[in-house]
Amino acid sequence: MTRDASAALKCAGFSRRDFLATSGALSGALIVSFRLRAQGPVKGSPAPDQVDSWIAIAADGSVTAYSGKEELGQGISTAQAQLVAEELCVPLDRVTLIYCDTAMTPDQAHTSGSQSHPANFNHANLAQAAATAREALVRLASARLGVPVDQLIAADGLVAARSDANKKVTYGQLVGGKKFNLSLDRNAKRRPPSEWTVLGKPAPRTDLPDLVTGKFEFVHNVRLPGMLHGRVVRPPSVGATVASVDESSVSDIAGVVKVVVRKNFIGVVAQKQWQAILAAGRLKVAWTPGPALPSHANFYDYLRNLTPTRDTLLANSKDVEERLAPSATPLKATYRYPYQMHGSMGSSCAVADVQGDRATIYSSTQAVWYQKNTAAMVLGLKPENLRVIYRRGSGCYGLNGADTVTYDAALLSQAVGKPVRVQLSRKDEMAWENFGNAYVIDERAAVDARGNIVAWDSESWTPALGNRPGPGTPGNVITGALAAFPAEPFTPRSPAPEPTGFNNGSNAIPSYFAARVDGVTRGTGTIENGRVLVHNVRSSFFTGPLRSPSRLQNTFAHESFMDELASRAKADPLEYRLRHLSHPRLIEVVRAAAKAANWEARPSPQRGISPSGVVSGRGIACVAYEGNNGYSAMVLELEVHRDTGVIAVKRMVVSIDCGPVSNPDGLRNQIEGGALQGMSRALLEEVTWDQQKITSFDWRTYRTLPLGFEVPKIESVLVNRPDEAATGAGETSITLVAAAIGNACFDATGVRLRQVPFTPDRVKAALNA
Amino acid sequence: MSAITVKVNGQTHTVDVDPATPLLYVLADELELRGPKFGCGLGQCGACTVIVKGRAVRSCVTTLQSIAGAEITTLEGLAPNGRPHPIQQAFIAEQAAQCGFCVNGIILTAKAFLDEKPTASEPEIVQAMAGVLCRCFTNVRMLRAIQRYRQELR
Repeated sequence: MTRDASAALKCAGFSRRDFLATSGALSGALIVSFRLRAQGPVKGSPAPDQVDSWIAIAADGSVTAYSGKEELGQGISTAQAQLVAEELCVPLDRVTLIYCDTAMTPDQAHTSGSQSHPANFNHANLAQAAATAREALVRLASARLGVPVDQLIAADGLVAARSDANKKVTYGQLVGGKKFNLSLDRNAKRRPPSEWTVLGKPAPRTDLPDLVTGKFEFVHNVRLPGMLHGRVVRPPSVGATVASVDESSVSDIAGVVKVVVRKNFIGVVAQKQWQAILAAGRLKVAWTPGPALPSHANFYDYLRNLTPTRDTLLANSKDVEERLAPSATPLKATYRYPYQMHGSMGSSCAVADVQGDRATIYSSTQAVWYQKNTAAMVLGLKPENLRVIYRRGSGCYGLNGADTVTYDAALLSQAVGKPVRVQLSRKDEMAWENFGNAYVIDERAAVDARGNIVAWDSESWTPALGNRPGPGTPGNVITGALAAFPAEPFTPRSPAPEPTGFNNGSNAIPSYFAARVDGVTRGTGTIENGRVLVHNVRSSFFTGPLRSPSRLQNTFAHESFMDELASRAKADPLEYRLRHLSHPRLIEVVRAAAKAANWEARPSPQRGISPSGVVSGRGIACVAYEGNNGYSAMVLELEVHRDTGVIAVKRMVVSIDCGPVSNPDGLRNQIEGGALQGMSRALLEEVTWDQQKITSFDWRTYRTLPLGFEVPKIESVLVNRPDEAATGAGETSITLVAAAIGNACFDATGVRLRQVPFTPDRVKAALNA
Repeated sequence: MSAITVKVNGQTHTVDVDPATPLLYVLADELELRGPKFGCGLGQCGACTVIVKGRAVRSCVTTLQSIAGAEITTLEGLAPNGRPHPIQQAFIAEQAAQCGFCVNGIILTAKAFLDEKPTASEPEIVQAMAGVLCRCFTNVRMLRAIQRYRQELR
């Protein structure tokens, strides 16, 4: 514990002892699951342009780093500790990382969208702070030792003269416990990758020993003195409103403290969790049903005909219609992608302690600073009187129930004036989360005599309602909406204005485009004649970012369609892709995956397909994630059981280029998890509903792959580019799976799958069509 | 409410709860154990698993009264002196976790199965793990860690 950290804690109402209570680590750097028991919040977050906001060095030479990017399970805390150890030239186990506490760490907005690696590992923020600190330490040592800076070397937490190892001084002696009082220096030199000893190495996860022995504190494990348990009562159907609540219906249940009603938000608070569960189940509420839901069976037709729309043109060469004239016999295909769930393993949980005009909140939100604002709105308090402290939840993969349950806990705590813990039921988690977006995507293209693509048109429809709450929209998630806060407005717009810039953040533009915007050609491909038009429509259900949001859906359509075009041209799908790509990094990952998979050049489908039994095939897909935030390709091999429609994936070879590889083992872990999660989403996962309500609300009604199944062989090919900027890495492999499976199934059977998920029934129907 | 005695990880505790309370809430709330977790409350995911009489039991759907007197082992109980159990060490060696929420159910389900059947084949292990979930899909590493533990058992 540094003096600065102690000061920060004291300022926030803690003692140093509280802070150290759980900081025991078994190996590696210490990632503090810091057990701060707050008395009250402090105003504002540390200034991001100051070294002291990011780095503190104690008298014993231990380093505390503060980050605004949190550990969700993706391994970024270990990688950030490696970064700090590398730039400061200290051993990894001397670094403690503290992240995402609005009172203690710099405000870095969300931890999402594969943004942590670029945000903190390029020359800004945490990396720049650590480099600035190291140079400052060398300057201080120069003055102390009387040795010029260029004759000093920093290593192992001390600075020594190159010529005389006896002339040395430790970091603790130089600054121990004192502030740097320095701004981040843009000119501070980063440690060259060629000299890395900690970064770029497969450091073991610092949190694993506590996780596997049951010591780790999840938000679910936060226990405050006098804490009560809350449970919410969600509406029985979408859009239902409260007519009346009969509080006497639970008066005989032991331990019930209070029934809380605010507009359409209802919750109960009890002494014990089981009492709260019983009371929530038994509370009599009369509800007025909402409007009928669109038919699930005809949903995609409904979607493409829904009005009003908000139309956006992302690329438009203004000549596609003439190039796609019927005389050119363009190829057309429509791809369909369902709403899917984050479906967190543990239902979401939060603990709030609202005392008068102040509140302290423990939340697994991906955005503690925005949560501070929006929870304040929900509570009617000043944001500066709130403190939001991140505690890990169950893996979220985007906007799960973490934000909404934080409002639940806050509202219930405010109503009883005591700390309240709320954990959602399985059904409340799954029926009311912000689902990943459904899509229907029409693709059309024309080719020349050699099969080369001369025009490509992509037109999609996707529904949205709500989103991340951001800094001011608690109504973007269910609790905020029930408490009468509006969701972010939907502004119809049609026709779409012409694109004014190149933005491929959602991978709506195929990788094969060379889009011309304002006289400049952008994109990663060669096709100059194209149009991309997106129609956003209003969703009946809340939606929000789910791992690789829209990028996955768009890539499924584009990469499947590219395969259809290759097949029509009787070209090898790999060669056909390379023919239409221009970006060297994307080309290299495609080649790397093909090489590792021992790709055989030939068109799909393969010859001599057996009409019965088990057939096998291979497929490929690639993506420049968000256009430029990571490059990845996948070669996938599978078997299709023709009689049952079951697809068995046998092998996935995944290449990735995310700039410098910061932790190769962590990266492989992300690739493997993404690949299998993508497989589950491609083969099984789909949100369902009837006329009134969601009908997929547990693991029987929302199918997912379990731990035990015949797991395909996964081979990761890491294309390390230490001199490039760091890009995202966690959402690349998942983006490719649906397309790679569809393409491999086509190779095996000659039948194209255009609707996710590829359930056995759907596959069988396609095979028999 | 009534005072009920439970034996957990070698220690005896008396708790004052409704006897119909699922065991999970006693472990997590009354005893403040962090190993067993609420995942679904329906016995579908395995996050709440504990070991009772050598068997993996889903504590979210097991009432306290139904298990009274039995010796219960939680994830913490595998490492009583702070030294990770061999199966826990196998998970560390294989770096087998992402968010880590499911780890409790995975480790205890695998341990109960392999302790009963140390000669289990790979497909049998896969079959035994077909009722537990990991939504981060750390399957590759977790199955490898379980294999590693099996080899150490032999």
